[in-house]
Amino acid sequence: MNIHTIANYLNELADNSHTGLTFDCLPIAGEVDVLQVTIENREELPIFVSVTEDQILCIAYLWGEDEVKQETRSEMLEAMIEMNIPMPLSAFSKIDNKYVIFGAQSVNSSLADVEHELSVLSDNSLEVIAEMSDYLI
Amino acid sequence: MSIFSKIITALRGGASEVGESIVDANSTRIFAQEIRDAENHLTKAKHDLTGIMAKQMQAEREVSRVKHSVTEHEGYATQALNQGNEALALEVAEKIAALEVELNEQVQANESYSNSAQRLKELVKTTERQLADYQRQLSMVKTTESVQKATAAITSNFGNSNSKLLNAKESLERIKAKQQNFDDRLRAGDALEAEGSEQSFIDKLDQAGIGEQQASASSVLDRLKAKQG
Repeated sequence: MNIHTIANYLNELADNSHTGLTFDCLPIAGEVDVLQVTIENREELPIFVSVTEDQILCIAYLWGEDEVKQETRSEMLEAMIEMNIPMPLSAFSKIDNKYVIFGAQSVNSSLADVEHELSVLSDNSLEVIAEMSDYLI
Repeated sequence: MSIFSKIITALRGGASEVGESIVDANSTRIFAQEIRDAENHLTKAKHDLTGIMAKQMQAEREVSRVKHSVTEHEGYATQALNQGNEALALEVAEKIAALEVELNEQVQANESYSNSAQRLKELVKTTERQLADYQRQLSMVKTTESVQKATAAITSNFGNSNSKLLNAKESLERIKAKQQNFDDRLRAGDALEAEGSEQSFIDKLDQAGIGEQQASASSVLDRLKAKQG
């Protein structure tokens, strides 16, 4: 499993997706290969996929620290921690000064599992932003 | 310091800048080496354990064989005494004494093998736990590094493409608007389809001559002719 097998699978999926979403993949070269996955009509919230020795990581950037209303920041953090378990397949984290939502899967997952993961992650990210918008500028 | 606290310290300290590594490559290599060493220890310990357990089983068999032989010779000695053959009884007794020495040696060997086996089993367990722990820690280091590198690649990609990142609320609003637009189009399509099927229904009625008929030139002419007549 590498980002190219995932890209080929998602690109060839077209209208046959199990999730009703249309994916578009763009590999980003770097020290670690990253696949930028955009979903039709959701281009503003791309998902970044990287594959390591034992896991597939899918990450979507939610908002920056500068978008957080500082007076309710701790409330927001608590709400996010509380939401972590009920939220299917995804969890919150923070990379540098950006809040992210991510999912980690075994490298032995099937491509259909990866597709499902991406779909759930995308749905979760939209819902989280909608739910948390009171805490954001 | 554990890897976990090293990672936390490094992340909080802002070591996440491009090129700066959480744990230097050298310590990652040392880690990988420690894992390989532990794996080798494990293989050797398991191999030794098999050997010791085999020897233990042999010793056990030997102990029961000698015990059996002692009982047997005690029987012979009793029979010799019953026959009043003191000399033979003494000879058998000497044999029994030799067997008892052998039995003692075998019991001791058995105990020693059993202790070794126990020690090796514990060593295997400890090594297995240690190995699992090393592997978990190495995975943490590698994942942290790979996420940092991936983030660096993503960030520079955004930088190159000059695409301004929207804030979260703007993104959501745009996506919702697109979804609304899609839903509207879907609804418009439905309405159009509904109208189309209504029209084809009327057409069918028309063809069958049912319903409101449009006045045709021939029917007007027929009417005029009838008036004249």
